[in-house]
Amino acid sequence: MSEPLLRVRDLHVGFPVRRGLLGREVARVRAVDGVSFEIARGATLGLVGESGSGKSTTARAILRLVEPSAGSIRLGETELRSLGGRALRRERRRMQMVFQDPYASLDPRMTVFDAIAEPLRVHARLSRAELERRVAELANQTGLDASFLRRYPHEMSGGQRQRVGIARAVALRPELVVLDEPVSALDVSVQAQILNLLAELQAELGLSYLFVAHDLAVVRHLADEVAVMYLGRIVEHAPVDELFEDPRHPYTRALLSAVPVPDPVVERSRKRVVLEGEVPSPLAPPSGCSFHPRCPEVIVRCRRERPPLVALGRSPREPAPGVGAGGARRVACWVATADEPGAPEA
Amino acid sequence: MSVLEIRELVTEFRTDDGVVRAVDGVSLSIARGEVLGLVGESGSGKSVTSLSILRLLPEPAARIAGGSILLRSKSGGELDLARATKAELARVRGDRVAMVFQDPMTSLNPYLRIGTQLAEVLELHRGMARPEAWERSRAMLEAVGIPDPGRRLNDHPHQLSGGMRQRVMIAMALLCEPELLLADEPTTALDVTIQAQILELVDAQRQRTGAAVLLVTHDLGVVARVADRVAVMYAGRIVEEGPTEAIFAEPFHPYTVGLARSVPRLDTPRGRRLEPIRGMPPRNLGPRRGCSFRARCDFALEVCAELDPERRAVGAEGSRHLVRCHSDDVAKMRATLPGVARRLEVLP
Repeated sequence: MSEPLLRVRDLHVGFPVRRGLLGREVARVRAVDGVSFEIARGATLGLVGESGSGKSTTARAILRLVEPSAGSIRLGETELRSLGGRALRRERRRMQMVFQDPYASLDPRMTVFDAIAEPLRVHARLSRAELERRVAELANQTGLDASFLRRYPHEMSGGQRQRVGIARAVALRPELVVLDEPVSALDVSVQAQILNLLAELQAELGLSYLFVAHDLAVVRHLADEVAVMYLGRIVEHAPVDELFEDPRHPYTRALLSAVPVPDPVVERSRKRVVLEGEVPSPLAPPSGCSFHPRCPEVIVRCRRERPPLVALGRSPREPAPGVGAGGARRVACWVATADEPGAPEA
Repeated sequence: MSVLEIRELVTEFRTDDGVVRAVDGVSLSIARGEVLGLVGESGSGKSVTSLSILRLLPEPAARIAGGSILLRSKSGGELDLARATKAELARVRGDRVAMVFQDPMTSLNPYLRIGTQLAEVLELHRGMARPEAWERSRAMLEAVGIPDPGRRLNDHPHQLSGGMRQRVMIAMALLCEPELLLADEPTTALDVTIQAQILELVDAQRQRTGAAVLLVTHDLGVVARVADRVAVMYAGRIVEEGPTEAIFAEPFHPYTVGLARSVPRLDTPRGRRLEPIRGMPPRNLGPRRGCSFRARCDFALEVCAELDPERRAVGAEGSRHLVRCHSDDVAKMRATLPGVARRLEVLP
């Protein structure tokens, strides 16, 4: 396996909760609470979880759109957390983001041409002719007809706008693209077009994707590996087919069983784990394993001690590999890892 | 015996570009205790259909231009909601017919306590006094799985999570045990584990009270899980309707096939290229000529440009499987569906 492109170690992001007239900080929400993973070059990591799981905050912290409070983020050889100002701006070219709502992320007064040209104007010194050639090339790559370049965002459909968002993101030939719910605002027939486009661009440009989504079927389609988050932590991380065919964490199992499959024969024969209750407030996370109040398999230890993320089938001395195709699966659950050599003693 | 029978409904919107027929000749019926899934993409007219039933359209820009919406009572009485007076509609809304929307915050009053909003429904429709209405409301919150319901009655909507608010909406809709429940994308804004809870809740209530349910959604998975019958809308029309199993396993319309091909599925391995439906839906401006789907259709014939396809019965005898399509090359259409072998793959 090649050197990973992105290496995230023990990432923490906290948000202050302010109260009262003076806005004193009365508490901190641990939105991301010790997250570690790696993404290989050309690979896709799917980051899934429900609202409040910290998946979007994790993605934003990697791009330094929110400030991490602790941890390390390495892109290739560069530690991003220590960078500031110009150096950070330079590294940002290497990583780009595609947002959920292309309508909100495009300037309504900019034509499609200007929207795609904007990152090139800021970061690359190109002559007018070079700029026009490059924008035309990007439009072509993302399936936008040349006639669209003179149009404004409101004249386009959601799918076309998302193509513009993607063209902007790949304009500077980044190595990593963070996709934050890139198709969840689109109709199903259009979703498929965008997912196919993302797959094509990845193969063509050798991009690595961090794919944040709540739709597990979409993630299964695009990701090589999947990390499942719950209340700010990764609870399970595995190669995609392993995770979907043999989920080990009770939360992953419940999550998968909750997703309806567009097939009545399958749907009506499935055994379903319906979780009770809701995700607790990250302001007051439960003791021990934060999933224990909703877990159908809870044991005494879960209420007292937080389970570490353990690589299955490895000795305790061997470090858990972040990931990368062929990486071992990691699970944070006392029940699922009870018989593992790497699991800490009770 | 159907609780709701819609015949040739036409709903029009006046726009700057002319009159748009958002709903263009929709006919459907729902029996007691039956769930009809109404699916389609944005702009297909599925939500306008459900809003037309309770006449919740933004008038005067929108109007029902034709057809009838018959609501049948158990005693055999018939009320045409398309022609009902304001007073008749006020009596029906929230009582015999209730509606659940995607975003509960648009229908809950942010200034009023949950209990006040629920109790008012019973005071209005059942003439209950406040203490009795309050107690019934508490029992209903409990029935929809809200913990500590007595205390929740005193809360305002913003104090509840999204899933809890949706439960309150459902509780409100069920207070008068409606004969017909209209649910418009009731779980779209919710996380999947909460969605599963809400779908079970709707199903349990349907079984308990025998309500007919119109479930409007874009999510084929949700429909596969809970609907008895499915109607697929495209450009203001129902292009195919039938039993859920038949719609998924033996579809007759190229659009239904296209939808099934384009969705990524949890139970199919990676690497299957999705087959999007090319192009985009039309806007239903001006008179209809030929089939609206023909420009995006892989099976279009010459006749499709000339003649709007009529409804015709297909599939098993007595299955009430209807389609609007000239092509009968269904074998070729279905050959492109995700295979049966894949469908049998193990799912957790």
